[in-house]
Amino acid sequence: MIGADRICSTLGPFCRTASVGRLLLAGMAVGLLGACAQRGPGPLYLWDTFPRQQYVALQGADASPLEQVTKMEAHAAKARASNAALPPGFRAHLGMLKLAVGDPDQARMLWLQEKQAFPESAEFIDRLLLRLDSMRKVENPA
Amino acid sequence: MSLRSAFNYPRPRFILGSALVLGVAALVSGCATPPPPYDYTAFNLAKPVTMLVLPPLNDSPDVKATASVWSHSTKPLAEAGYYVLSVGLVDELFRQNGVTTARDAHDIPPARLREVFGADAAVYMRVRKYGTSYAILSSETRVEVEARIVDLRTETVLWQGTAMASSAEQQQAQSSLLAALVVAVVQQIASTVTDASYNYAGIANVRLLGAPRYNGVLPGPRSPFFGKPVNAAR
Repeated sequence: MIGADRICSTLGPFCRTASVGRLLLAGMAVGLLGACAQRGPGPLYLWDTFPRQQYVALQGADASPLEQVTKMEAHAAKARASNAALPPGFRAHLGMLKLAVGDPDQARMLWLQEKQAFPESAEFIDRLLLRLDSMRKVENPA
Repeated sequence: MSLRSAFNYPRPRFILGSALVLGVAALVSGCATPPPPYDYTAFNLAKPVTMLVLPPLNDSPDVKATASVWSHSTKPLAEAGYYVLSVGLVDELFRQNGVTTARDAHDIPPARLREVFGADAAVYMRVRKYGTSYAILSSETRVEVEARIVDLRTETVLWQGTAMASSAEQQQAQSSLLAALVVAVVQQIASTVTDASYNYAGIANVRLLGAPRYNGVLPGPRSPFFGKPVNAAR
């Protein structure tokens, strides 16, 4: 921005009007963009960093489930506060992380919530719950 | 030939010039003609609700391409109105069953996928290009992807398509406002995250799987565009 400063020093008192003009132009541009953004319905879900959390989980090796849980719970709180819907698979993914940090009860609860939010996920979620139950039977035989 | 008659008839050079202009116009409009509309008969008949995205095959030298493109596939498909099975859980289930490569996953019979995951349709993806090529004068980050949606009950192909995103688009299309917007967003993301290909994979995925788009995936039951003709107006 050396060029702008030099222009300002040569323009002196006119510099102020020049920047006001620039501000106005910027304002108009923002207004125009806003108009564009408002066309059509908005997104169905609050995505936040969910795609990146999925990327981290898929890369496996250096993924820390606890760190991801913290980020995703903050995301869920943000969604609650703004009354926005969580994306499909969000609760399912968080449930998987809970299972990884040794909390199968939370996993079950989150998977049931996924089914409640997306009834069409029932076939998939029921299979997960069945696996969870059989895993627990192996761990703690009655 | 008198001077007068020479003025009354168009000069040959002028005729040649207008023919050239017409030719160029024809060429340009030829380029602008959209491809023939996609045949959605099978898609409309199948009416899938839940989608299982399989790990994308990777033709690129970057090992992160599969995870990157896979993780970006959820958002456009979910915003298109479908229930998309959590890719993290799908990956976990594949691993537990000894399926560790994208190739292995793609080779599983559709009936078996339906049995394990209970989804209506599977999305088979392939990453054609993923990464940055460095040249002396300019470098380009480019992601090219393709997808095929298959009904898991009937094994019918419901839809297929390709898409790409490239950093070279920025220089070519600065003139339109929308392009300028995309550039601004990309630059903003690029400044906060170093993995440039990851960001272009996101754009390519929206272009590939987002709806409604001309000849794109049909909007699903959760979309406000569900049931509306997708190729009606551009």
